[in-house]
Order: sequence, then structure tokens, then C-alpha cells
Amino acid sequence: MSSITTLGTLNPPRPRPRRAHRFGVLPGFGLSMGFTVFYLSLIVLIPLSTLLFKSATLSWDAFWAAVTAPRVLASYRLTFGAALLAALVNLVAGLAVAWTLVRYDFPGKKVVDALVDLPFALPTAVAGIALTALYASNGWMGSWLEPLGIKVAYTPVGVVVALIFIGLPFVVRTVQPVLEDAERELEEAAASLGASRLQTFVRVLLPTIMPALLTGFALAFARAVGEYGSVVFIAGNMPMVSEITPLLIITKLEQYDYAGAAAIALVMLLLAFVLLLVINLLQWWQARRGLGRGL
Amino acid sequence: MSAPARPPEGGAPSLGEDVAQRQEGTPVSAPARPPEGPPRAANHLNEPAWVRALLLAASLGFLALFLLLPLAAVFVEALKKGWELYAEALVEPDALAAIRLTLLIAAISVPLNLLLGVAAAWAITKFQFRGKQVLVTLIDLPFSVSPVVAGLIYVLLFGTHGWLGPFLQANDLKIVYAVPGVVLATLFVTFPFVARELIPLMQAQGSEEEQAALTLGASGWQMFRRVTLPNIKWGLLYGVILCNARAMGEFGAVSVVSGHVRGLTNTIPLHVEILYNEYAYQASFAVASVLALLALVTLILKSVVEWRSAKLVDGQAASEFPGTVPLHLKAAG
Repeated sequence: MSSITTLGTLNPPRPRPRRAHRFGVLPGFGLSMGFTVFYLSLIVLIPLSTLLFKSATLSWDAFWAAVTAPRVLASYRLTFGAALLAALVNLVAGLAVAWTLVRYDFPGKKVVDALVDLPFALPTAVAGIALTALYASNGWMGSWLEPLGIKVAYTPVGVVVALIFIGLPFVVRTVQPVLEDAERELEEAAASLGASRLQTFVRVLLPTIMPALLTGFALAFARAVGEYGSVVFIAGNMPMVSEITPLLIITKLEQYDYAGAAAIALVMLLLAFVLLLVINLLQWWQARRGLGRGL
Repeated sequence: MSAPARPPEGGAPSLGEDVAQRQEGTPVSAPARPPEGPPRAANHLNEPAWVRALLLAASLGFLALFLLLPLAAVFVEALKKGWELYAEALVEPDALAAIRLTLLIAAISVPLNLLLGVAAAWAITKFQFRGKQVLVTLIDLPFSVSPVVAGLIYVLLFGTHGWLGPFLQANDLKIVYAVPGVVLATLFVTFPFVARELIPLMQAQGSEEEQAALTLGASGWQMFRRVTLPNIKWGLLYGVILCNARAMGEFGAVSVVSGHVRGLTNTIPLHVEILYNEYAYQASFAVASVLALLALVTLILKSVVEWRSAKLVDGQAASEFPGTVPLHLKAAG
């Protein structure tokens, strides 16, 4: 540390040419940076900017009317409500699964661990038709649930089921590494001070894994809000009842209402930005925590 | 504060003590750390047996219900009417065309995003520049955008009523509702995979080795091929596996731009959808089972790469960046 600072004071910024200082000795900054920015603009930024420009062709009143029409509002309620519910289920179930995978030993554990990522690897359309087949009235689950008066397929409940499937790995995979790193000495200390196992969990472990848990929750929620493939098959897609916002965008597009579609998409994009910000803040919190533990 | 107290009063004995402590310390502290694998702690650090049994049963039951059951359903439905019809659904011309198109799209988008991933990770991890964090966030952006929105933007750009629509029509070019549109939408949704995998890895590795190679007279390309590439190969492979799975399985974005022309712009997932909507369930699940197999292969390859690279770095890279969410968490469909 001290040698670096001395070096710094001995070496005033002037004599060094600015280029060398900024780009270091390694080659390829211009090429790699140029390609990255070019490709990013071409594939992501310019296409995304069309949302703004297309929405701007609407007057403010027309824009507001487009994004707050009753059918659109109903789709927000379903999309965000179902995403929230599914993320909550995944919060609890994901924590349990992560706990089991980290703390317990059982045969086939590696296989189960690998299987947790299935929702990432399985194309969403496949997940969609599989879940629909399971929960339709003649499916394995449906034929068993229907007599109990529980209808899943072609109802909002089906949307939640699909979103649980899609979001499951997020909580498990964010909590798992933190739980692995958690110092057992802290639990030891809590136990030796007379805490019960439950008290130790709630007051020692839970605060440690809380940032990771919330990050996983936010990731699962963000993913669920934009999800399309797995949901459209099982939802039934009835306007006002079981129509999710992404589907509504497609419907508008098919009716050649490009500006309306762009307006709703813009709302979803802004929301995605907000969620991205929240997730970054959570990660920053977690990183700070990790640093605190290290010191 | 403590500095003046120590050195004057016998540096030698304290040094001796230090050494003795260190020699003694290693063997003593070693068994205190539980061996690798599931920690077997004393009883007071474990839940009561019934709680453990309940938790284990609940988690495994949940996974079986939400993961295993849908996976099994795909294969059962696919083979419901026997192998013959199963094979028939796969060799039917439209299905073959869909498989060909999907392979083509993966063959275009994976290498391009691989190139981008390496370039972006190189620029971001080896150099200092303003706005780096913004660039990282922008590279991440496609993960947070709904696939439907990803498709929509290309329709707005290249569609008949889009920005470039009149120009394209005048020149008899077709991007949206044709193969180029499908490729573009796939490029968008798979954009961050390789980059997000490489950035934390290369950040952890630093650039000393590359600098050494240059000092020893290597050219830029030699340095990259013989130093950088071997260092990042597992991360690269991991990113490519995930990128490929998503490229082949993408549904939402592709569905918006493809126009669903059978035999021409239908990828495998879109073919599954069409068959399903035509009530050709068995054929639909038969084609879907190909994608499910792809998913299983992806999971196996991914696990192999994870075990291999874990052996190599021993989880170093991961623990150095507690804040970075590993890429596979952000994989979306």
C-alpha cells in the first residue's frame, strides 16, 4: 500500500502521456471497445430507442389512454399480481431448497442440484405446454385437483404456476452460495449463548442471507413480469381475466396498433429499469455486507 | 499505539514465539475446519430430526412437483401413441425445416455473441475508462427486457410501418417476418450470456499474465491465444452452452418477428406452438421432447463444466465478487 502511494507521489501525472496511462500496455482497447459499442448500439440501443420514438407519435393524452385502458390495467394487475405471488412462493420454497442442498446430505444430491437449473435450460414453450397438459382437467394434476374444486389451467392460478416454475432457480442460486459461505462459528456462538435453533436461524442466519434472498426474489419477480412463452399456453388468455401484459402487446401488434403496443412496451421497459436499479442496489448491499464480514 | 511497546523489548523472543505458534498452529487449526462436503456439525447446530426430515421432504417434493413432473409429462405425452408416430412427427418436412432453421440461427448468433462477449470483457476488465459501469448495465439490459418487447422493437424498426420499412420495401428486402428478423431477435435475447460470464472471471484474473507475455515479446494475438484463451476457456464454454440453449429455445421474441411461415420462418419452439394450437398434441410433444433433450444435455454439460472449473479455481473467482450474480441466474426465456 505505502509503496504504491509513494510511487504515486514520485510520479506526477504530467510526464506520462495520457494515452498510455488510460489504455495501459495491453493492446486491443480500440478494437474491443469499438466492436462492443458498435454491436451494442446496433442490436440493443437503436432498436430499443424505437419504443421512445414510436410512443412519442402519440399525444400525451393518447399515450395515457393507451397505457391505462381498462383491459391494459387488468393485464397489469394479473401480470404483477401473479409475478409477486410466484416470487413469494419461490422465496420460501427456494430458501428451503437451498438450505437442503447446502446443509443436508441425501442420495442423488448432485442430480437434484443440477436439475434446479431446468427452468433456465428448458425452452419456455415446452414448459408451457407441459404444464398445461399436467393441469388440464384430464392431466395428471388436473384430474386430481378438479374434483377438489381447484381449477388451474386456463385461469389466473395457472399463470402463477407457470411463473413459479420459471422463477424457481433464481432464489435457490442466489441464496445457495451465501449459505455455503456463512460462518458456522456464528451459529456456534449463538447456540453456546443459549439460543434455540429457531432463534439462531431467525436472528443470526436470516440477516446474513437477507440481501441474497431479496436479490433472488427481485430477479424472479423481474423475470416473471416479462415472461411470455410458458404463460400463454396455460393462461387461457381471456381479456380482463387471464391476459398478461406481454400478450396484450402482441395483440395490439396484430391489430396494427403499433403506437399502442410501443406505449405499453415502454411502460414495461421503464419498470424493467426500476427493477434493474433495485437489483443493483441489493447486490451493492450484499457486496458491502460481504466486505464487512471479511474485515 | 502498540508499535513502540513491542520492538524494543526483545524482538528475537517474540519472533521465536511467532514461529513456534505458527508451527503448532497449523496442525491444531486444521481439524477444527470441517472437511469438505456437507458440514457435520455438533447436535446443537442441527435442526431436530423431524424438522430435517420435513424440510428435506418438502423441498424434494416441491422440486418433483414443479420440475420433474413437467419434464416427465413431455416425454410421456410424446410417446403416448408409440414410437412410430413419434418418429413420424420428427421427420415430417415442416419439423425438419424447423430443426434446420433453429440450427442455422444458433450457428449465427452463438459465434457473434461469443465474439462480442470476449471483446466486451476484454475492454471492460483490462482497461480503465469512464462510464464502465454504464456499459456493463447496458450489456445486461436484454436480460431485463421482456422477450415480447425484444421482438416488438425489431418490428417497429424493420416492419412495413417501421422506420426502415419504406426503404426495405423499395429495395425488396425483408427482415421482419423472415429469417433475418428471427436472427436479430435471437441475437438480442442471447446478447449478454458470454459477456456476463467472462467479465467477473477476467476481472478476478487480472492482467499480469498478459503483461508478462507482452514483455517476453509475444504479439497481441499470440498473447490472447496462448495466455488469455486458456485462462478463460471454461467460462467461455459455460457462456456458450447457455447462449446456445437460449438461442435454440427462444420463443417470445422469435414469435413476434417470425410471422409463423411454416417451413420457412418457423423455429422448433414455434413449430411446437403451431402443432399444439392445431390440437396435434402428440406431434407437438414429440417435437418438444427434442427441446427437452437439448435442455437435459445443456444441464449435463453445464454441470461438467462447473465441476471442472471448480476443480481448477476452487471457487476463487466466485468468492472474490460476492456481489455479482452469476450469469446463469439471469438466463431468461
